[in-house]
Amino acid sequence: MVRKLSRRVYLTVMLIFLYAPILTLVVLSFNASKSRAKWGGFTLKWYKQLFSNEETLNALYTTLLIAFLSALIAVILGTLASIAMNSMKKKPRALLMAITNIPMLNADIVTGISLMLLFIFVNVVFRTRIRLGFTTVLLAHITFNIPYVILSVMPKLRQINKNTYEAALDLGASPIYAFYKVILPEIFPGILSGFLLAFTMSLDDFTITYFTTGPGIETLSTQIYTEVRKGIQPEIYALSTLMFAAVLLLLVFVNRKSAVKEKE
Amino acid sequence: MANKLVDLQNISKAYGDNVILDDLNLYIKENEFLTLLGPSGCGKTTTLRIIGGFETPDSGKVIFEGKDISKLPPNERQLNTVFQKYALFTHMTIAENIAFGLKIKNKSRQYIKDKIEYALKLVNLKGFENRSVDSLSGGQQQRIAIARAIVNEPKLLLLDEPLGALDLKLRQDMQYELIRLKNELGITFIYVTHDQEEALTMSDTIVVMNQGYIQQIGSPEDIYNEPQNAFVADFIGESNIIDGIFVQDEVVEICGKKFACVDKGFGNNTPVDVVIRPEDIDLVDPKEGTITGIVKSLLFKGVHYEMEVEANGRDWLVHSTDLSPVGAMVGIKVDPYDIQIMKKPESEDEEAVVNDEQ
Amino acid sequence: MNNKKRFFAVPYVVWMTAFIIIPLLIVVYYGLTNVDGKFTMENILAMFTPINMKALVYSLLLSFISTVICLLLAYPLAMILRNADLKSSSFIIFIFILPMWMNFLLRTISWQTLLENNGVLNTILSALHLPKQHIINTPYAIVLGMVYNFLPFMVLPIYNTLVKIDDNVINAARDLGANSYQTFSKITWPLSLPGVISGITMVFVPSLTTFVISDLLGGGKVHLIGNVIEQEFKFKYDWNMGSGLSLVLMVFVLISMAFVTKYDKDMEGTNVW
Repeated sequence: MVRKLSRRVYLTVMLIFLYAPILTLVVLSFNASKSRAKWGGFTLKWYKQLFSNEETLNALYTTLLIAFLSALIAVILGTLASIAMNSMKKKPRALLMAITNIPMLNADIVTGISLMLLFIFVNVVFRTRIRLGFTTVLLAHITFNIPYVILSVMPKLRQINKNTYEAALDLGASPIYAFYKVILPEIFPGILSGFLLAFTMSLDDFTITYFTTGPGIETLSTQIYTEVRKGIQPEIYALSTLMFAAVLLLLVFVNRKSAVKEKE
Repeated sequence: MANKLVDLQNISKAYGDNVILDDLNLYIKENEFLTLLGPSGCGKTTTLRIIGGFETPDSGKVIFEGKDISKLPPNERQLNTVFQKYALFTHMTIAENIAFGLKIKNKSRQYIKDKIEYALKLVNLKGFENRSVDSLSGGQQQRIAIARAIVNEPKLLLLDEPLGALDLKLRQDMQYELIRLKNELGITFIYVTHDQEEALTMSDTIVVMNQGYIQQIGSPEDIYNEPQNAFVADFIGESNIIDGIFVQDEVVEICGKKFACVDKGFGNNTPVDVVIRPEDIDLVDPKEGTITGIVKSLLFKGVHYEMEVEANGRDWLVHSTDLSPVGAMVGIKVDPYDIQIMKKPESEDEEAVVNDEQ
Repeated sequence: MNNKKRFFAVPYVVWMTAFIIIPLLIVVYYGLTNVDGKFTMENILAMFTPINMKALVYSLLLSFISTVICLLLAYPLAMILRNADLKSSSFIIFIFILPMWMNFLLRTISWQTLLENNGVLNTILSALHLPKQHIINTPYAIVLGMVYNFLPFMVLPIYNTLVKIDDNVINAARDLGANSYQTFSKITWPLSLPGVISGITMVFVPSLTTFVISDLLGGGKVHLIGNVIEQEFKFKYDWNMGSGLSLVLMVFVLISMAFVTKYDKDMEGTNVW
């Protein structure tokens, strides 16, 4: 009994620890005072101003576009790579998995710097004029997103009974048809969670974006970082609260739906 | 009469509304091979886990050698368990697995070494000390799980469907091994299985369970030859369970015909369940049979033929070494002592009758 | 068919070579050359100047403390989550993935509001008649920021190894006479070690190399090795020096990676989701 209670208490304390900053930001989005340290009364002002704050809306658009494109391309490359690795022998597979793990285990700052130097190096050696900006950030995000896709898809592929694919071929399906009808539906949950994970990671990234971006292009992360010194516009809190609420609602909705499905 | 080693008194256990065991009473004698037999969800595994200490009963007592151990944690109980799917420690070698319990008890190095050697010899896996768990087959892992348990010299060994994951041939070999082990070690076994053949082969005593109640306790012969109710009859072996009327002592009416039997005291003209094992039905010349029928199907089963005979409005399952072709007219004859009479349950629920007298 | 399937890896291999392996080689190249492209050890040796050495030692100290705290907080949490017998992973997602939809920088900044001298924490403390704590702009705040941000990367790998342990393996240890402490030290802990090692790496490396957390919560007073490298790239534009220092830093990363590969052969620990 005591044990059960202490578990509850511990879990609650950890949840408070993890969610206190988030709650703080939600509260700040309704704070009439521009200062983070003072409560100036309740207001919806920042939510209204958000929709006329072009700078922030632009940053949001860039952030979402990069997150979507990088997750999409990472899903394509990562899924193909997973299928290939799954059919490989142990040694080459281990080698590829080791490469996959580099961006996951390496320091973000080193990954960021190395990609920045790559673009500069290419310009120097091949006399090209790649400018740090949208494209370079996108390439960087795809790079660190691929491992998340592979780690989501691989376990699903391993679960598949090899015979199901062979059975499809035996029943007269072409390899492509068998893949679409048999393999893809099985690994689809893995692909989906890989996509969502990649999207989230791209959205939350600052360090790698910071080193691979250039003048004239801002994501939410880089915009916030610049504003830290001169004071963050409260519209950002409003925007973050909206994004958080949207994802929360989506998750709750999806869970409800799958819970209902399970019951049936 | 040997002593009671374990005595379960009024054990009840429920998960929420789901009653697993209801007021179960059972004792296990010293040196007995007792099997808890029943379909999945009958409460047999829960009973074993309560004895092992992995579940706490909602009410009731577990008495071990005269002491109440209901509140003792598993590590303080003088018994060991062989788990379903073996539960070996994959991060240890075979020797380390077997030594686990002995090291906890701070036995000397030499003692542990001797014990490992002895145990491996006992389970026919000499020289496997330094192998890893992953390198063993299912049957070998099973032997190691047994070795790991018995080196601790428990008074009682609990076995939870230990042969369930093995293939048929291996399972049969292991059945002999287990009987040999039990005889060599002289310890008490409580064995859980849903496989009636396993239970009949190995046990001194079988406890048939269903829906949290004990249906019948007895020797394998008792259980097979004299099932106390339709559930036991149906679960153990194949049988013809037929509605009948107990006309008077030693006479029962089945399908409109009177059969001689040996039972008494069910009350004149009372509806009863009649059990006749398929191998106890003799197919004879139509003129000599109590009733006559037509052979509907025929299967060759190796040791015998399996036939379905339609007679007096129902199908009779018959096992015989003599072949009667499909379509043949046959007579059905049953010896009086092969007819088993059982009281009819008053409702479906009462099929799960409490029956805890040994 | 399998032969054909293998070619699906080609785009991936090309991509990873171009954007992971070659870039790392370029860092090595810049780190070992000067502005004129000549070989030099100067950039590497720069780590051993007093000012950089101090930053490195300080980073190692803070990331070590953060890693230990994360482990101490995460292991019980992972145990609780494992024993909670969750039917789906959605609760885990709720706890650890959902916060990422609030930007990492904002989440860190909001600790300023919580920790400030007149912030939420001190208001609560004084309401309880407890002494105020000066935390913001100190190393304590940085450690807190590291623990807060990287805790999920400790919990998830440990949780993943713990859920794989069959209940009956734990029961078997108890059955063989082990008490709860012995069961933990001889069974649960060794079986979860791959997850622990992965977790340690995934907390230690980002803590050691961060420049953002020290920037936001240290008030510019605390200089970590990450800040030094960032300055070289972003303000001094000395890529050779920055690369040289990064190479030294990568030694620690490589040591961590080696540990993970040794103890976590199937990489089940890094497979956090």
